[in-house]
Amino acid sequence: MTLALDMPVQLASSRRRRLWIERVTGLGFAAPALVLLLLTILVPLAVLVVLSLTNYEFGGVDLDFVGLANFQKALADPIIRRSLLNTLIYVAIMVPGGVFGALLIAILIHRRTRSRSLYEVIYFLPVTSTLIAMATVWQFLLHPSLGPINGLLKWLGFAPVAFLSEPSTALATLAVIGIWQILGFNMILFLAGLTAIPRDLYEAADIDGCSSGVDRFLTITWPLLGPTTMFVVITTMITAFKIFDTVAVMTRGGPVGSTEVLLYNIYLEGFQYFHTGYAAALTFIFLAFILVFSAVQTFALDKKVHY
Amino acid sequence: MATVTLSSIAKSFGPTRVLGGVDLDIADGEFLTLVGPSGCGKSTLIRIIAGLEHQDGGAVAIGGQPVDHLRPHERRVAMVFQSYALYPHMSVRQNIALPLTMSRLKLWQRLPLLRALSGQRRTVMRGIEADVAAAAAQLQLDHLLDRKPAQLSGGQRQRVALGRAMVRHPDVFLMDEPLSNLDAKLRVHMRTELAELHKRLGATFVYVTHDQVEAMTMSDRVAMMDSGTILQLGTPSQLYEKPASLKVAQFIGSPAINLLPGIVGAGGRLELFGRPMALNVQQAQGQAVTLGVRSEALSLVQGEPAGTGRAWFSARLRRKENLGSEYILHFDLAGRDVPGVTMRTSPAVAVGISEAAEVTLGFDESACHLFAADGERIVSRGPGVATASIVPLRA
Repeated sequence: MTLALDMPVQLASSRRRRLWIERVTGLGFAAPALVLLLLTILVPLAVLVVLSLTNYEFGGVDLDFVGLANFQKALADPIIRRSLLNTLIYVAIMVPGGVFGALLIAILIHRRTRSRSLYEVIYFLPVTSTLIAMATVWQFLLHPSLGPINGLLKWLGFAPVAFLSEPSTALATLAVIGIWQILGFNMILFLAGLTAIPRDLYEAADIDGCSSGVDRFLTITWPLLGPTTMFVVITTMITAFKIFDTVAVMTRGGPVGSTEVLLYNIYLEGFQYFHTGYAAALTFIFLAFILVFSAVQTFALDKKVHY
Repeated sequence: MATVTLSSIAKSFGPTRVLGGVDLDIADGEFLTLVGPSGCGKSTLIRIIAGLEHQDGGAVAIGGQPVDHLRPHERRVAMVFQSYALYPHMSVRQNIALPLTMSRLKLWQRLPLLRALSGQRRTVMRGIEADVAAAAAQLQLDHLLDRKPAQLSGGQRQRVALGRAMVRHPDVFLMDEPLSNLDAKLRVHMRTELAELHKRLGATFVYVTHDQVEAMTMSDRVAMMDSGTILQLGTPSQLYEKPASLKVAQFIGSPAINLLPGIVGAGGRLELFGRPMALNVQQAQGQAVTLGVRSEALSLVQGEPAGTGRAWFSARLRRKENLGSEYILHFDLAGRDVPGVTMRTSPAVAVGISEAAEVTLGFDESACHLFAADGERIVSRGPGVATASIVPLRA
């Protein structure tokens, strides 16, 4: 009788123990990833949020919580407003240029059999090169009196343009350099997308009457590249938002603030003027912008994209 | 409706010669099947008719008109691909409508923003819609028109591909292994549907397959190809009953034809396993001749049959295959240089034989096909000419 009563109790307790062991094992497996996530992303983000609410200055010994004062200041600051606008203009030039330019190049070299890899290497070179080193080359190329580009303009009978020292052209020039830098990377992504489109779809389209390149592109290539295009647009946009190195090396925000961009101002506030708390607030705004843009695009495009 | 005429079509891919001068006349409204092992050039040939590949030599004419200079869509042909090649981002309706939108709307009427400016567009679209509905109704696709290809089963996708081909009433339907991605049961069903569709449309069908059953069951005529040439062109029963060469005999028919080693004896008399047969050939004495015996031509015999016109040999049952309505029996020929023979028989006969039993198998000598050493069919001068009437099953 005792035996019969003991058995279920023992069974229940052993099942509970097994469950407990399973749970601990599961946590054990998840722990390394969780710790890494905390240390590299979540904790720094939390520190950023905390700092953005203080008036901490780099190297200072004490700090005061100032609430949302940093954010109020940032939103009222004309320099920040201008740099935000400049960043958006830069993004608006670079995203279409970097995406459609890369798509065009990818389509042009996709069907090359022998020369394809040569073109791939050539267009990919700017991606591998250091932009800061290449910036000096660009500076020379664009120089008002010494640069070959102005030489060409003069030869063609145009007046020379001081690309980087003219407020009206400086930002656009930086955007063109940004496009030049990212074309190769986007091209590789588009080439991968193009390769994944089955050949017999083009053959079926050929029989169905899509004989011109425009028809083939509109009927097959463009819709089937949808997922690739969405990815390329979002990564290009994030890259464009992070414009910093060309500004830092070539224009330092000038002339007359025409190339002041968000990240460059964050750098100035945080590392030149040591306004760490203020820079943290700006960084928070910057991250929020990228997040909102990416999310809106993902939801808007996701409906139109066929996977 | 149109005839298709191919004259000495040649094609090479690099150093590989795929087609070596193929001549073929396909009649108006005919169902012609190109059949052969993979790599025989049948797909390349159909792609040349479609205009997807360009031949190195020779000419293609459709309806008597040369089409070599025409783009695929100008040739009034439709093609069904093995992979169906449906546009994955379009609904069934859009897939079927595409050939019509391409032919009936001008480029600017199809462009995203400009098309709003076209007044005619709406009328044209209504016409297309009606034609799509008609094609869909014929193929029982009505309820699937708004689905995407990914939401369809294999058989439904197959039907959408057919609908896309049918909708613009082409003169010639080209089908490149359209059934090979379907499961066995659906394939049998679609065979019937395709044959009926052909009858209903009355168009010329050119059908490529590596499956001899499809070739036999659907076609008016079959062109058996190998290594870029047509080995034999004829009706399915001609290919089955009078194969022009050993390769044709081996390819057509399931289970595969039994091959027995014959040898020419004194006076041109054929011998099988040392026993003289009643068949005489013109080949020189001592030459090898391959005897092809269909599995249904074999039957069980009691003892050693005397008398002429019947050949026999002993065999041991290796395995029985029960197909329900009939059995396929696999025999070993002990001590002979033969991989084995298969016999198709009724369940009543098969049940009477136990595994590993030694039996005597016989066949009507007039029912066997003779092939010379080079694989060509040869005709015997024997009492029974080696034509092939199918010998009924004998208990």
